[in-house]
Amino acid sequence: MTTLRIPTPLRAYTSGKSEVQVTGVKISEALTDLTNQFPAIKPHLFNEGGELRPFVNLFVGENNIKDLQGVDTPIKDGDRIMLIPSIAGGSLIPNPSPNGEGSPLSLWERDKVRAK
Amino acid sequence: MIEELSHQQILRYSRHLLMPEVGLQGQLKLKNSSVLVIGTGGLGSPVALYLAAAGIGRIGLVDYDIVDSSNLQRQVIHGTSTVGKLKVESARDRLLDLNPDIQIDVYNEPYTSENALRIAKDYDIIIDGTDNFPTRYLTNDVAVFLGKPNIYGSIFRFDGQVSVFYAKEGPCYRCLFPEPPPPGLVPSCAEGGVLGVLPGTIGTLQATEAIKILLGIGEPLIGKLLLYNALDMSFDFVKLKKNPNCRVCGPNADIKELIDYEEFCGVPGHHADDTSAGVAWDITVQELQERLTREPNLLLLDVREPHELEIAAIKGAKNIPLGEVAQRMSELDSAEEMVVFCKRGSRSARAIEILSSAGFKKMKNLKGGINAWAEEVDQSLPLY
Repeated sequence: MTTLRIPTPLRAYTSGKSEVQVTGVKISEALTDLTNQFPAIKPHLFNEGGELRPFVNLFVGENNIKDLQGVDTPIKDGDRIMLIPSIAGGSLIPNPSPNGEGSPLSLWERDKVRAK
Repeated sequence: MIEELSHQQILRYSRHLLMPEVGLQGQLKLKNSSVLVIGTGGLGSPVALYLAAAGIGRIGLVDYDIVDSSNLQRQVIHGTSTVGKLKVESARDRLLDLNPDIQIDVYNEPYTSENALRIAKDYDIIIDGTDNFPTRYLTNDVAVFLGKPNIYGSIFRFDGQVSVFYAKEGPCYRCLFPEPPPPGLVPSCAEGGVLGVLPGTIGTLQATEAIKILLGIGEPLIGKLLLYNALDMSFDFVKLKKNPNCRVCGPNADIKELIDYEEFCGVPGHHADDTSAGVAWDITVQELQERLTREPNLLLLDVREPHELEIAAIKGAKNIPLGEVAQRMSELDSAEEMVVFCKRGSRSARAIEILSSAGFKKMKNLKGGINAWAEEVDQSLPLY
């Protein structure tokens, strides 16, 4: 079992849990376990193509998986995985489009969708 | 260049002078240095207070807001007597009372792509005490382009982050967060709340980093991110590396000048009418009041958290917190018209987005939320 630490902004989707126990030998499996346990968190981590969204940072111990092998980074029992959120503090005022589908897309994600 | 301290200054700074790591030479370094503080809110308050007390020779303050009584739970540089005053003036008066020996320059204007380079260029260090993504990306890019350290701090509820982004020696903010999350994904402190003492902790750490860098002592948080959680009282550190694909500080950077940050983040960085789900969805509190007299059974959907109902509630409203809307929409009838509301209108706009994508069409977003209702219709309710 590996401990996955959930940041405050995403705890609304993990029944308020700050840490979730997950199984798997690499990050992608741990995340599959997480999203199986808490399906509501999935759109916050992955885009529709199943890729990690670009503003999601995952660390194993003190290293960013982007500096390791991405979602193929191996994990072992006792490792600590941390999800690190982008937080702005203060009064960020969301202004979502009422026509969006599912979880809203960031500007770059929207550009990518348009380019396809 | 100031080369010596007066007797009065020696007495004022004696606790610094006693430490060999600071000493007379270090105090003179502080006296001859300058720091720009972006924002005089929760983070900017302790930052500016401690920098002023430490004897930083020149402090710049950028803000365009006025002091509100709801600020005082955490923005300790201001006070009850300065409610209604410009924040930069309230802060300047407090700092000069604390230390009349320093210079305070105030910029009562939003920090934007038009003025940021001009304001920041003559400071040694920039401190990010902002409260929104557009200004954070702007602050980062300005620091990268001017080659200055950007001391970053950010807060949410019980969580805080601190780092020193200094592209000359390590990663920048964009190396970690190449792009902001989409609007609506991360709740704001105005919606999500923040523990009042949290910006005190984080801002004090930012001030500590600034003083260390100015003195050239210790290990600055370059290439490291501190993650603090007040409930667990946990301090975690992670390593940050320069991102070779970084668009502002990488070898193939394609962003060479300041951009339109509000467009980049898809949100307004400064106050605007920004809680609308789109004009077609809006209903004003006056319109709602009028409709309720005709249709007392009109469904009101309150998407705030249950504990917020204890502060203020509209009688008869059904409560489904925003985070549960997607799972619990089967409790709602898409054929029945409903008015969705929250505190100010932004979470309800997000709820409408979720319901709309599930096929709901007959919805209205209460403009200004329950706070507007409390102000305009039912004064027995408190504002919060």
